[in-house]
Amino acid sequence: MIEKALKGGRGYWTWIAFLLVVIGFGVTAYIRQLTLGLGVTGMGRDISWGVYIAQFTFLVGVAASAVMLVLPYYLHHQKAFSKIVIVGEFLAVSAALMCMLFILADMGRPDRVLNVMLYPSPHSMVFWDVMVLNGYLFLNLISGWAVLGAERKGVPPASWVKALIYISIPWAFSIHTVTAFLFAGLPGRHLWLTAVLAPRFLASAFAAGTSILILLTFILKRVANFDAGSEARTKLAVLGSYAGLANFFFLGTEFFTAFYSNIPSHMHTMQYLYFGLEGHAPLVPWMWLSLIIGLVSVGMLLSPPLRRKSGALVAACIGMVVSIWIDKGVGLVIGGFTPTPLEQIVDYMPTSTEITVTLGIWCIGMLVLTLLLKTAITVKQQA
Amino acid sequence: MNQNRREFLRKAGLGALAGLGAAAGLFPAFALENTDLSVFSDKPVEGKVRWGMLIDTRKCLGDCTECIVRCHHDHNVPDFGKSKSEVKWIWKSEYEEAFPTASAQFQSPEVEHRRFLTLCNHCAEPPCTKACPTEATFRRWDGIVSMDYHRCIGCRFCMAACPYGSRSFNWEDPRPHVKELSNTYPTRMRGVAEKCNFCSERLVKNELPACVESCPQKALTFGDLNDTNSELRKLLAANQTMQRKPELGTLPSVFYII
Repeated sequence: MIEKALKGGRGYWTWIAFLLVVIGFGVTAYIRQLTLGLGVTGMGRDISWGVYIAQFTFLVGVAASAVMLVLPYYLHHQKAFSKIVIVGEFLAVSAALMCMLFILADMGRPDRVLNVMLYPSPHSMVFWDVMVLNGYLFLNLISGWAVLGAERKGVPPASWVKALIYISIPWAFSIHTVTAFLFAGLPGRHLWLTAVLAPRFLASAFAAGTSILILLTFILKRVANFDAGSEARTKLAVLGSYAGLANFFFLGTEFFTAFYSNIPSHMHTMQYLYFGLEGHAPLVPWMWLSLIIGLVSVGMLLSPPLRRKSGALVAACIGMVVSIWIDKGVGLVIGGFTPTPLEQIVDYMPTSTEITVTLGIWCIGMLVLTLLLKTAITVKQQA
Repeated sequence: MNQNRREFLRKAGLGALAGLGAAAGLFPAFALENTDLSVFSDKPVEGKVRWGMLIDTRKCLGDCTECIVRCHHDHNVPDFGKSKSEVKWIWKSEYEEAFPTASAQFQSPEVEHRRFLTLCNHCAEPPCTKACPTEATFRRWDGIVSMDYHRCIGCRFCMAACPYGSRSFNWEDPRPHVKELSNTYPTRMRGVAEKCNFCSERLVKNELPACVESCPQKALTFGDLNDTNSELRKLLAANQTMQRKPELGTLPSVFYII
């Protein structure tokens, strides 16, 4: 079926060429990092993870949010999602792939990546994360591909496909829970050391993920003449709005616990992120921007007349994605290192090499997504 | 004909020999002679010894750096000249940096300005070994939290997990930045984590850790925490001591007299 991705118009090939160029820059930057070491990034002994792990965290959420289509469609027979379930599954595939690439980019010795499998360590959350992420990628790729193949032949999918789909539902929750556990089990990092981290990860993932899906349907409608239908979009918007609401509720509980208890270690990182700590406030404007546009977007998605208007829906979805990306892709990971275990405040700024590698990986993900969606849509339009 | 047969037998024989040789290498059971394990009679007993240290901060002189210089020289710790890439095994911290959760209001000015030696705590419950996905960092039979630099994948989970900031990472190639190469401990490569090893390379030779030995004030006491008769345990029994961030349940093996 993949041959369907090899036939496209001028716009299609321009887009592919653009992605390949950015990927080329990314690969060049990565080779530089590979030769000189991770010292070419903005990371250091105090802020020892940066944009790579932050993108990874955000994208695990995007991958998990495919379940927002799979669950209603396969368990509750929401026919409105019939056309875009495959979009969700393939988005999950490309997001999971990007997650693994970001992990690889962050490693000091990528040549030894197989050590994770050669010396399996169940006490380490990384081991579980590698397992569930790989599993999730293949669950979605195989089931999505098989359903599509059956559709092309005009036959119902094989019965084993249903089993894979059902397994993928709890699996989606597991990937983001394990990702939260990567952070939430570390003593002495108080922003992360909270039981609400996993639920909050899921909520923010489902808010950002459904928004990305809605935006994708608009893009596909415009560039591929493939309309998922406004009913699907409205239903996704409702799901996204409640997930967003849950996310901000959880954030509110974090504020309450930290500041009402008045325990310094619990307050410090929140102060650093939202108000500034001892004169250091590099992320304050970002975090308030995230909070404000996030709340406005949730409000717009909650309002039935607004979410039915295409323009308002697009704006709300972009707002939601930007808000969660700043919150998770910038604040959570980078902020979690401040103050350091030795009570120092160290600011972090990614380097151009780091940003280029990041963009390259994003474009690899978008390339894979483009090829998969091109195949899926061509099959669906010919069927 | 005969020539061919001889050639065939010769090749087959060589092939069989090579096969046996390879099999002996692949399957240890094929080896002709078994290893006699009893020759390793002094096999370490898990958990019998737990190395620990007591730092008498009253004796430690403010700007003395003997132990730091000696440790960093002996272990080929690189100096990059910038805090971002800094690698350190032992260093000095302020009271509030070393003991942030034991902060005291109206602290005596002397303690407030005293400098405290900080290093890996060799925790009995180390969060770093738990987080490591490859067992590249692990707790040894004698309580030392050790590193396998050849297995480390450089994911830096140990750095995120350590609540004491005791772990460093080789952000760049460390070798050109080792001032004076020492032959007492191997250098490391780019991309792996490292930290204090309680001088395990000296302990096997019955020598005290370099920092303990080099202290002109004899402020450091090293010994077996599991041996009630050790000098270390006697000092711990006789003095009011502190561990760093005890509330985290990591059970540090480094103790302080304030």
